[in-house]
Amino acid sequence: MRDVRRFPPWLLAILPLCGQAAESPDSYVTIPGGVFKSALRYEDTADGVRILPYQMKRAPVTNAEFLVFVRSHPEWNRVRAPSVLAEKRYLSHWSGALEPGSAAPPDQPVTWISWFAARSYCESQGARLPTWLEWEYAAAADPTRQDARGDPAWREQILSWYARPSNTPLPRVGQQPANVYGVQDLHGLVWEWIDDASALLVSSDNREQGAADKLRFCGAAALSTDDRENYAILMRVAMLSSVEPADATGNLGFRCARDVK
Amino acid sequence: MHKLFPAFLALALLVAGCDSRDAASVDTGGSAKGDFGPPQGEPIKAVLTSPPQVPPPTGRSVPAKVIVELEVVEKEMAISEGVTYTFWTFGGTVPGSFIRVRQGDTVEFHLMNAPDSKMPHNIDLHGVTGPGGGAASSFTAPGHRSRFTFKALNAGLYVYHCATAPVGMHVANGMYGLILVEPPEGLPAVDREYYVMQGDFYTTGRYREKGHQPFDMEKAIAEHPTYVLFNGAEGSMTGDKALAARTGESVRLYVGNGGPNLVSSFHVIGEIFDKVWFEGGTRFQENVQTTLIPSGGAAMMEFHVEVPGSYVLVDHSIFRAFNKGALAILKADGEENREIYSGKEVDEMYLGDRALPNLGAVTTAAAAAKTGELTIEQQIDAGRALFAGTCSTCHQSDGRGLEGVFPPLAKSDWIAKGGKRVPETILRGMTGKVTVNGRDYDSVMPPMNQLTDDEIANISTYVLNSWDNGGGRVTKAEVAALRGTPAKQSAGE
Repeated sequence: MRDVRRFPPWLLAILPLCGQAAESPDSYVTIPGGVFKSALRYEDTADGVRILPYQMKRAPVTNAEFLVFVRSHPEWNRVRAPSVLAEKRYLSHWSGALEPGSAAPPDQPVTWISWFAARSYCESQGARLPTWLEWEYAAAADPTRQDARGDPAWREQILSWYARPSNTPLPRVGQQPANVYGVQDLHGLVWEWIDDASALLVSSDNREQGAADKLRFCGAAALSTDDRENYAILMRVAMLSSVEPADATGNLGFRCARDVK
Repeated sequence: MHKLFPAFLALALLVAGCDSRDAASVDTGGSAKGDFGPPQGEPIKAVLTSPPQVPPPTGRSVPAKVIVELEVVEKEMAISEGVTYTFWTFGGTVPGSFIRVRQGDTVEFHLMNAPDSKMPHNIDLHGVTGPGGGAASSFTAPGHRSRFTFKALNAGLYVYHCATAPVGMHVANGMYGLILVEPPEGLPAVDREYYVMQGDFYTTGRYREKGHQPFDMEKAIAEHPTYVLFNGAEGSMTGDKALAARTGESVRLYVGNGGPNLVSSFHVIGEIFDKVWFEGGTRFQENVQTTLIPSGGAAMMEFHVEVPGSYVLVDHSIFRAFNKGALAILKADGEENREIYSGKEVDEMYLGDRALPNLGAVTTAAAAAKTGELTIEQQIDAGRALFAGTCSTCHQSDGRGLEGVFPPLAKSDWIAKGGKRVPETILRGMTGKVTVNGRDYDSVMPPMNQLTDDEIANISTYVLNSWDNGGGRVTKAEVAALRGTPAKQSAGE
């Protein structure tokens, strides 16, 4: 209980109204479905995977949004969150359990988040984490095209973020132009948790093409990549497969998705 | 018959003992005979060194448990003068820290990935017996630490590198180094040991284009490097940072090649390797001029220094040395020995504009420029040296050019129309018709923009003050202004 501040219940009730915005209804956009060729190799999908229509949050979840969640779900403040669900560095950059502080400005994407915490946040919004395919499908788009992945300039732009260390403060969300669906910051801001992160079948030694120790992984997901030139996707998959669901890092955030009713 | 046999065997052994070539055909047993039992004594923390230094010999006669702690750091560093690059490093340097153990040692390996890293990383040590060389056991997210343990069963010099997807990019960003597994008896004692590693680098901008240069994936796939470097930066072992030795000393180089793509024709100008442990293995070859080091391979070489001077380490696939940066210096001090060497340059053609006698004036000018005390005389001296290397091939050392082919610079009416024309032409080159001293010329001079601002200023000043040209002075700042915004598009190489 060390640094948990005790707030009177009435204060907790009005805090969300004091500019510490909860998600607004228009923070999601609808993404039409389609047939999509993933960079990862899925079984029996030579002609592509069918993506059903879904909704995705425009921008990554911010510190302000996550603060609202932590206030209403005390089991997820950093003092109470069990270490099997969130490692000890979970939200460690906040100045207090209910206080992001100056190192975590309200509009900055929330990081130091475990997969379990991200999933619970989305549930609290009546949403879920996007699947890898949903994330990849949305992230293939640029401001004018649904699939910009074949454009070397576009790839180069994505890589230029990947190639820099994360030793400078994170920018605010929503600074980059929206893609053709109206989604922002899929590239160039933070890594993002996905729902099936632990099922991404990438061997920890990424040269074992096809000979991966399949027993170590569950699910019938990707065995290998189909798009060798798309380094950006390879790097994202490598990053996501290097972390366990309770892990957190300073540049891994998330956003939510939901089904179209 | 039975009595005869032991006698015959003894004779055979005796013969084998007398002839070293026969001895060399006896193998060491490799990994099957590399296990000398459990580690003895307290665990030892390995001494890791940054290039070009090598840790001291282990000096042990029994197997030990050795703890190696290596941190992965992603950081921006200079790749050339005025050019930065984001390197991914093992231990903060390119190549990564040198690791030295003894055959039979049990190595407890800790790989830490710095919290501000963007990427996960792992390590594959070619000196490890086991799937992936440790890669599968060391996959480490930012802000995490992995541990695995292996027994060093084979003696030799081995490359280690990152094997995380995309492997090529991790290696191209500098993620490689060397681990030496000493044979049980150690290596013969020498006076100096140095650690050198070659790598090829791919930037979106051209060679020496200033500013921060990102990794260029297309060039890497096409295997068209922008830079080929020893120890991760141009000038990493030249000038004050040159490797040092004295005459009468023996020097051993541990040379690796991280790649990712190129195979190295490793050569030291002016020396002959007395011994090369080719491929980093157990046997040595003697009296070698150039040794081939594959990407992901290494070699040890030893030579004895007889004569003082600067010995130039190059990749003798020679354009890489003079146009992409694969050049380092070993400077030997000591008494001249004119019986062995008279003092002239041996490899003048290859040394070109970087030949030793020239460097003196150039270095003086560069130093003076830094302190703000550069005189016009120093500029002219440095310019003369640089002109002799770069410009005199066409314009001739007397500045007269070749009539009808290369325009003269001597007493040039074209230059007289504006001193700025000199640095401008050096920077941008010239194509097409030009009339000089009453004669028409129509040929191509390529842009010499690989020269630094300093160098162009000095060459220009030398030209303006030579051969009855009207005098004048060009400063580094003026050249920098002329260079202006560098060309944005990425040239082929």
